[in-house]
Amino acid sequence: MKPELIEALGRIVGPRWLRHRRAELATYTMDGLPTRESYPGVVVMPKTAGEVCEVVRLLHLVDVPFVARGAGTGLSGGAVADPDAVLIALGRMNRILQVDPCRRRARVEPGVVNARLSEATAPHGLQYVPDPSSQAACTVGGNVAENAGGPHCLKYGVTTNHIVELEVVLPDGSTTRLGSRQGEPWGPDLVGLFVGSEGMFGIATEITVRLEPLPESVRTMLADFSTVRAASQAVSAIIAAGIVPAALEMMDRACVAAVEASIYAAGYPTDAAAVLLVELDGQTDAVEAEAKTVVSLLQERGARTVRSASTPADRARLWQGRKKAFGAMGRIAPDLAVQDAVVPRSALPDIMDRIEEIRLSYGLTISNVFHAGDGNLHPNISFDRRDPNVAGRVHDACRDIMAACVAAGGSITGEHGVGSDKIDYMPSIFDAETLGAMRAVRRVFDPAERANPGKVIPLHACREWRAARGVR
Amino acid sequence: MSDHAIFARLRALLGTSGVERDADGLPCATPDTADALSLVCRLAHEEGWKIRIEGRGTWLPSDAPADLAVSSRGLDQVVSVSPADLVATVQAGATLDSVRRRLAEEGMWLALDPPGRPERSVGSIIATATAGPLRQGFGPVRDHVLGCTVATGDGRLVKAGGRVVKNVAGYDLTKLHVGGFGGFGIIAEVHLRLRALPRADVTLLARGPRDTLTSAARDLIAARLLPGALELLSPALAAEADWILAARFVGTDAAVQADVRRLSSLGELPWQPVPTDRTAAFWSMVSRGSLGGPITLRLGVLGDGIDDSIDLLSHDLDEGLVAAGAGAGMIRWTGNAPVEQLRAVRRAGAAREIPMTLERAPWALRRALGHFGAYREGVGQLVGRLRDSFDPRQCLSVALEAGND
Repeated sequence: MKPELIEALGRIVGPRWLRHRRAELATYTMDGLPTRESYPGVVVMPKTAGEVCEVVRLLHLVDVPFVARGAGTGLSGGAVADPDAVLIALGRMNRILQVDPCRRRARVEPGVVNARLSEATAPHGLQYVPDPSSQAACTVGGNVAENAGGPHCLKYGVTTNHIVELEVVLPDGSTTRLGSRQGEPWGPDLVGLFVGSEGMFGIATEITVRLEPLPESVRTMLADFSTVRAASQAVSAIIAAGIVPAALEMMDRACVAAVEASIYAAGYPTDAAAVLLVELDGQTDAVEAEAKTVVSLLQERGARTVRSASTPADRARLWQGRKKAFGAMGRIAPDLAVQDAVVPRSALPDIMDRIEEIRLSYGLTISNVFHAGDGNLHPNISFDRRDPNVAGRVHDACRDIMAACVAAGGSITGEHGVGSDKIDYMPSIFDAETLGAMRAVRRVFDPAERANPGKVIPLHACREWRAARGVR
Repeated sequence: MSDHAIFARLRALLGTSGVERDADGLPCATPDTADALSLVCRLAHEEGWKIRIEGRGTWLPSDAPADLAVSSRGLDQVVSVSPADLVATVQAGATLDSVRRRLAEEGMWLALDPPGRPERSVGSIIATATAGPLRQGFGPVRDHVLGCTVATGDGRLVKAGGRVVKNVAGYDLTKLHVGGFGGFGIIAEVHLRLRALPRADVTLLARGPRDTLTSAARDLIAARLLPGALELLSPALAAEADWILAARFVGTDAAVQADVRRLSSLGELPWQPVPTDRTAAFWSMVSRGSLGGPITLRLGVLGDGIDDSIDLLSHDLDEGLVAAGAGAGMIRWTGNAPVEQLRAVRRAGAAREIPMTLERAPWALRRALGHFGAYREGVGQLVGRLRDSFDPRQCLSVALEAGND
């Protein structure tokens, strides 16, 4: 990175908010993906949308790429920058600008931590629903970039269903507003297009979200099963009964064992093949009645025991193991590849069998924790990346799991994004024509492809590249 | 190229049964596969022909100037329904009615109740993003579409999204086509998110002065009731003497009963239940109400702005046929008005930060006003470049903005 550029960036954000020495940059070499590491050229930490705009405009003028970063909790390598790029860390833009309880809207800066937003709206009886497991650390801006999900998205939808308006700085440094406070666009749905674009269309500097009322009553139930198949059938039975739980989460034996051996032990039965968490919310009378139905459906489908909790403390205890499952897995090995894939829900039992086969064939430790209601799997591989023999097996196992999910009619990612981690799998679900169209849309926002370069779209697989090379 | 030559070229491509002449004598292609649709677009792109996207001709008038029309009547299949996964794959020309019936057979439900006739095509509902009253409880059209296959203006077949409920692989191109009015391509097939057929479905009506009803609607939402629909209907639309507030509760018996009890306990309005055997007819009447004039537009308005916005419509146009989602952020108006008055509404709306979308109108008005028109700074440029990337020779005769051919 040229010293003159570093100096000019320092003049914009203030020298205190710039990092360029190698030791300082070490913090920013990775995100939540353990297998990708790269030193950014320089890190800037703007405080205002104006500063973001100035930084991006300058980078446009000197033709230097940039990567936006929230809390760095992403799991697909999307917030990691190469040495020729500037990393724009947005954590200082952490103001909740407005909470409008009457209209059920909040306007925030991108660096606001997800959980803080719901804390701020709770006194008004409102919540911001998308709740990724990293919600205590991850930022709303990062959630927008990745279209983050979470356990409660089964009933309420993922990030894109909750974002109504965005102020964005485009890669040429210009600013524009997409969408409207009401949620009705002023044109084509560019908010919908921008959410989940993984930082490649620009940087959201102000985000208006939809808030939902806190439910009057919540009931959490925990059931354990002797087979994953029986637990999956219970999930289908609940949904077929017309009940839409707020969350439907499953953990397999390995995951339960990891949780129960850790400080997050939640009293889950360690001999169960699958533990299912079902959460209902809504009006008290309705929740009580639906809970009765759910309990009998769980029992009919072979639940060995069903525990039920309705006080916040008891519910938190049932949830603890699920929410802290990733942390608990840290005990097993120093590194954890948190995988993310989706299958049609009816394919869950078969895919679990297939993952077990893959685990055995590569001799790895895989714990499964997943959003069973929407078929979103998280097979997590515990490993030690210092072991030269294991990295290749982890990679190959991930590849086989993705292939199995795609073959089952699913997708390579449900909530973590493609980033650099999944880029090679993109041609397995999108043809060259569609990848080409995605790239063309990216170039509408970013003609020089300087925003988060090298992520999401495998350029070699796009139609125009293939045509140019005569590849068929 | 002469009309006859275009007809012949299309016949060569699609066979004799794949081309007919529409009411104006225009060659009309009725491809029955997504591939055939993309071939028609490719040919039009190569020859520089303009395409009128006709769907089934049940919402937008088939009057855009063009060298050929493309109908979705040949793409009318429900390809698959997976009750266990709550997903259906449907061709764009399938009628809403046929999809509903097929889903009901499987105990499934699509929570969309768009304006217009039940013979509307699914493609038209999605392309115009015309959600109805159920938007209150089940979200706008975009929330029901998991993926789509689209033929671009230059004949590429783009497959956006997928068949699973959660999916963040690649950019969300589906969003561009939902509510894109066909400006970025012609929808061939969609993957829809389903729900289990509701066990209970209860509608209650309250009648009274408009401001009483809008205020009661706000209280109802504030009391955390969860109506599937909460729609304010003008006397003309409801064919009654007074304004009507219609509350529809859908879900499990327990949830619906709880909401209905809570509604009665609010005690502000004398709510009257619609008899179960007349519920469907009532909501069908509401949907058809939006065909009571040649123009339908929607305004993005939150609950506290509904009264002001209806005043604005009444002042610049007329009270007309109005259906307002009392909590869902949208007012739909149907009637007739000259272009200047519609422009005035859009201007007045823009000054209040209220977007206006022209959902349905004759071509002359669509061309003069554009479906959208009032873009914010920078947005028009993005939309223009997006259109260039999907339809580089501007073959698709769609007026997203004013003055566009």
